[in-house]
Amino acid sequence: MKVARWLACVIVVAVCALSLGANWLAPAGYAKQFREAPNAPPSRQHLLGTDEVGRDRFARVLYGTRISLLLAPAAALVSTALAAVLGGLAGYLGGIWLKLARAFTDLFLSLPWLFLLITVRALLPLNVSPLVSVLITFVILGVLGWAASARVLSTSADSLRNSDFVLQARASGLHGPRLFLIHVLPNLKPVLYAQFWISIPVFILSEANLGVLGLGVAEPLPSWGSLLRELEGLISFREEPWRLVPLFLLMVVLTSFQLLLSNEEVTA
Amino acid sequence: MIGRRIKLQSPMKTLSFRAPKGLSFRAKRGISFLLALSFLLTMAAFAQSGGELRFCLRTEPKTFDPLLVDDDASLSIRYLTGGVLVRVNRHTQELEPELAESWKVSKDGKQITFKLRRGIQFSDGTPFAADDVAFTMQRLMDPALHSSTGDAFRSGSGTVTTRGQAPNQITIAFPAPIVELDRLFDQVAIMSAHSPKKEAAVLGPFMVAEYKAGSSVRLERNPNYWKKDSQGRRLPYLDSIRLDIQANRDVEMLRFKRGELDLINVLDTDYFDRLGSTSPQLVHDAGPSLDSDFMWFNQVASAPIPEYKRAWFRSTNFRRAVSEAINRDDLSRVVYNGHAQPAVGPVSPANKFWFNNHLKPEGHNTQVALQRLKADGFHMQDGTLLDKNGNTVEFSIVTNSGNKPRERMSVLIQEDLGKIGIRVNLVPLDFPSLIERITQKFNYEAAMLGFRNIDLDPNGQMNIWLSSAENHAWNPQQKSPETAWEAEIDKLMRVQASTEDPKKRKEAFDRVQEIVYEQAPLIYLINQNALSAVSSSVVGANPGILSPQTFWNAERLTLTGTATARR
Repeated sequence: MKVARWLACVIVVAVCALSLGANWLAPAGYAKQFREAPNAPPSRQHLLGTDEVGRDRFARVLYGTRISLLLAPAAALVSTALAAVLGGLAGYLGGIWLKLARAFTDLFLSLPWLFLLITVRALLPLNVSPLVSVLITFVILGVLGWAASARVLSTSADSLRNSDFVLQARASGLHGPRLFLIHVLPNLKPVLYAQFWISIPVFILSEANLGVLGLGVAEPLPSWGSLLRELEGLISFREEPWRLVPLFLLMVVLTSFQLLLSNEEVTA
Repeated sequence: MIGRRIKLQSPMKTLSFRAPKGLSFRAKRGISFLLALSFLLTMAAFAQSGGELRFCLRTEPKTFDPLLVDDDASLSIRYLTGGVLVRVNRHTQELEPELAESWKVSKDGKQITFKLRRGIQFSDGTPFAADDVAFTMQRLMDPALHSSTGDAFRSGSGTVTTRGQAPNQITIAFPAPIVELDRLFDQVAIMSAHSPKKEAAVLGPFMVAEYKAGSSVRLERNPNYWKKDSQGRRLPYLDSIRLDIQANRDVEMLRFKRGELDLINVLDTDYFDRLGSTSPQLVHDAGPSLDSDFMWFNQVASAPIPEYKRAWFRSTNFRRAVSEAINRDDLSRVVYNGHAQPAVGPVSPANKFWFNNHLKPEGHNTQVALQRLKADGFHMQDGTLLDKNGNTVEFSIVTNSGNKPRERMSVLIQEDLGKIGIRVNLVPLDFPSLIERITQKFNYEAAMLGFRNIDLDPNGQMNIWLSSAENHAWNPQQKSPETAWEAEIDKLMRVQASTEDPKKRKEAFDRVQEIVYEQAPLIYLINQNALSAVSSSVVGANPGILSPQTFWNAERLTLTGTATARR
């Protein structure tokens, strides 16, 4: 298992390094259109061929990876922070606060996510640059994605609140924010880490889902979501296997993220 | 031993042959059996009658009432089941007699007299007569029905009257003249005034036999269909048509490839090329269709957009410059792989009579575009276009998400306009949000959509070009025309709609096309070709550009016996 974790770590680092080196590895850039060669197969000039409008697919994969891998963790951080505040505090306070928080998270979880995302996206201003649209997309994902983590965290905090060592700390006169920061929060760390790591692939997939609907990252910026859209209508994989590279990359990275989690974190 | 006469009854004709003499009875019987078997197989392969044609509807039909049809699926069913008085031949674009053996439009264009064929029956056996036409027209024009087919006949206030001179003759009078009145009857499926089956009693070649919601519609041949072929055989040749409701085009293509479907009426470019690369004999490119894709700028006075942007959008030079900066040849070649033509204006070159042949597609020329912009005070600074007040020229284009060709075109346009320093932000929206923005809130800057034209006559475009019209996309429902050229278009459209003289009508509509070209309120991009796929098991298909492209002659389509036997 340790070997697998190391391997996963190497893969994630390598993919991150490749995506960060996109400027040097693919100098043509992600937006340059080679209109004389749309849908071209792999060649020395275009390692993974070109897309439907003649853009270099290799460049788009590298830049798309950069966007998805940088912003999905950012969104995961936002959602985990929100979950820690709402779920952790509710669990620590218990009683009516816990009931209210659970009712609220249940209500939030019951909302149709995809429609909510589409609605929120449609309400945003239209005239924003592609870069801002990326940030907006992932901020929305982060802000809307806290509920599942909050539920887990509230349960964990609730069990911590009733644990012996917290009771002992209370008996020793510790209470309020100090008790939360010294005894509860550090013990919630494994759960927080686990929720953070679990959220990353969830947000990558959510962005991919939005991308498949044409509602994610704006053109001409690439993301894994927009790259996966190319697979729509692909009837035979044998004819153009290079088009599967974004899917393969997504699977490898998501698997690596799962392997990076320790057993304790998975259990948590 | 006398050879036995073997008689085989085929749907086509009766054939007989005699077994050879000089062989034992068993041998002769064996040979006869083999010959009969081989003959049966041969006949099965080339049979010209019977069988079930299969293809897909992309959506659930909204109605089976022929007078309420306004969606593609219901339109297909109406075409196959409905009997009409006259029919526009989808191949020649000429009007041909159907239930009416002749007709005459009055000089003032207010009334039309049909002489009906005798001895025709509805599918349930109810006889067809003039009172059925009267009943259909009265129902069609009932305002409470809200029939979009009926709207085409609403030329003025007043009632529509019908007068039956004889059982086979009827005159229909309208309160105001209607141009090309007779062609409108191509869309009017006659209903029975007396049949208890109501809309289920039809006069077309097929009738609805079974409807499984969300799954399929099965049509069976109408046993009372009146038409016969040149050899006196009753049409249609097919026994039935199965219409599977299938929105997923991948699945449709896979089923077609597996031989489970016989037709794909409208094929996307990607699928066309993919199928064409392996089976070129199955795909058909009928040339430019009547449909067009275009973009436009929001010119609505009350729209929540900055005033300086509204000023750009209302500038003819700005719109023309954008139009000239777009490389339409690339749109056609890259996005449609050559299966589209650069568009000229509101009429496709496929519309042989109404297309203005003097107009050519806007040429791609960034220098000319920049000169036009310069005339309006725009200037370049560090590769970015600024207006005369120093505002960066940047706007968004909304289009419907999920429409791949349109999304690809917008990406190409984004780069084309980038070359003249214009920043374009692309916003694909889900369809309801898009429609709400462009028709109600007017909260958008530019939009890209398409028109699906089924009507050859420019009267079908009145709801677009009149400045008071709801579909006057760039600035709808104006109380009075806000620009001189819109006032001229209003006048010309009314002229062409109120005169019967085809030459005058053509002159007026040619001028409309010129104004639209000069003013570019809608920037036409491409006319997509009519692409379809027809299985080799279908005999007699002749795909065209008018809807329904592949099965417009369904009554004369046949299946090879191989296809029939396989099912």
